[in-house]
Amino acid sequence: MRAMVYRGPYRVRVEEKDRPRIEHPNDAIVRVTLAAICGSDLHLYHGLMPDTRVGMTFGHEFIGVVEEVGGSVQSVKPGDRVMVPFNISCGSCFYCARGMLANCHNVNPNATAVGGIYGYSHTTGGYDGGQAEYVRVPFADVGPTLIPDWMHDEDAVLLTDATATGYFGAQLGDIREGDVVVVFGAGPVGLVAAQSAWLMGAGRVIVVDHLDYRLEKARTFAHAETVDFTEHDDVVVHLKRITDHLGADVAIDAVGAEADGNLRQHVAAAKLKLQGGSAVALNWAIDSVRKGATISVMGAYGPIPNSVKFGDAMNKGLTLRMNQCPVKRQWPRLFEHVRNGHLTPRDLVTHRIPLEHIAEGYHIFSSKLDECIKPLVVPNAA
Amino acid sequence: MTYRPQKPPLPETTEELRARIPGWGVDLDPADRPSVPQEVFDPGAYGARWEFPERQPELLPRERSIEHAFLTPVFGTSAPLKGFSGAVRRYAYRRFSEGRAAHWLLLVAGDRLDVLESTVGSYASKHPDNPFAETGVRAEFTHHGVRSRLGRGRADVKHAWMDPVVVGGPWLAAGAGLAVGATALVRRLGRGN
Repeated sequence: MRAMVYRGPYRVRVEEKDRPRIEHPNDAIVRVTLAAICGSDLHLYHGLMPDTRVGMTFGHEFIGVVEEVGGSVQSVKPGDRVMVPFNISCGSCFYCARGMLANCHNVNPNATAVGGIYGYSHTTGGYDGGQAEYVRVPFADVGPTLIPDWMHDEDAVLLTDATATGYFGAQLGDIREGDVVVVFGAGPVGLVAAQSAWLMGAGRVIVVDHLDYRLEKARTFAHAETVDFTEHDDVVVHLKRITDHLGADVAIDAVGAEADGNLRQHVAAAKLKLQGGSAVALNWAIDSVRKGATISVMGAYGPIPNSVKFGDAMNKGLTLRMNQCPVKRQWPRLFEHVRNGHLTPRDLVTHRIPLEHIAEGYHIFSSKLDECIKPLVVPNAA
Repeated sequence: MTYRPQKPPLPETTEELRARIPGWGVDLDPADRPSVPQEVFDPGAYGARWEFPERQPELLPRERSIEHAFLTPVFGTSAPLKGFSGAVRRYAYRRFSEGRAAHWLLLVAGDRLDVLESTVGSYASKHPDNPFAETGVRAEFTHHGVRSRLGRGRADVKHAWMDPVVVGGPWLAAGAGLAVGATALVRRLGRGN
């Protein structure tokens, strides 16, 4: 089969790989019909995540058709059109039994601090991902769900991570009616978080970024106020000024490891990889919110320590909430929101890249060319 | 404002927000949101018909975190350990827990060695690397590389000039150091004869 393959930092290609096979009785093999490149894939692409191996296929956002199932699979069958959460979950460990499907303890031998994720380095279990013609889907009775007939494929693929994570980010902010919410990052997750904040009753939603076209999207797609941090000498002071010097009630970090805006942090972390990520956005969140505020962290960081301003967080009495999104627990409500038009994920799609052009796709997304917000990947066999 | 008891007024009323924003307030009740509370014990809720899953056969020795009691019953089989990078990664897993910086730094070192080994190895294979094509920089010419950057106020453009130096510099310095060391060694050996 044809599959995207990592060849080293900033280098990917498509090559011929063996088709995945059933390795466990509860596996399924899914023929991928649509995949996406996630902003967090860029951390792998840039060489930030430890134990990212040459030869791995990335891709944790995908939908497809079940091609084959293992002997114990009961809930899906060949021919079913399925959407697959980015989390790999056994459904029965201590964490899954309590609904923490993003924190499964039975699927990632390489680390106990993170669950299993498709195509996301060996630090999350060493599973090949869905930027390929076929993918192995472990625990087919737990993860995949039939795509409802009414749902558009592009909405379905975005529900496997970006939309669910954005909504979850707003949810972890514990937003109350009338709260002022600041979202750092106008990528797909930040834009959905901003859209979701309104559903939870926010009184003001302010999105911070430096890319003009993404800020424009924040205004039109998420109905938010926007702040271009490059226009302000000190964005923390600006955020205080526009909130009557109080600060926001809730901040959402939808940037993560490669935040720009502070040269020292960006170079040390994103370029030299001396930290598990550049915590610029998180530190701006800590300093700009009001005392007693809640910060929700959706941005992905690596396992190496970060320079985070915990002293300020402590002195301000902040609540920091974070986790990978337990996608499948979010779906019933999110399906309603998509059906009712309250969330409109496919409006984020800007590029549809044939799998054979995956190297250009990664470069476009990584370098933010051509006003790219969300690139999809269309496999050859789709 | 901040120095007095009341919260600053919002620019829009609830009615105005409801009229302007599709779905405003439909998830107003924090207790009625998905995944709330985070932990709800319900082992049958997610499709598992087992208390502990059947084990996936371990066809090749599989590295694991020493913080795990045993190899997890299911695991990925992409890109098994190989070569010198594999030895470094295996040592990182066998010797250091996830709590130790050495664990992660060795894995990062293994990543760089893997790239070196795999790239060099590719030239002895039927599928040699083409670093230019693999970076996808062709898209600079087909997807508005210049127009996407210039005059847009992008923060990353401001330090773009130094990115190649910062990213490539340590590699060049390491290469130069190795070359200088090797030259000195050859000279010393030459004098010894």
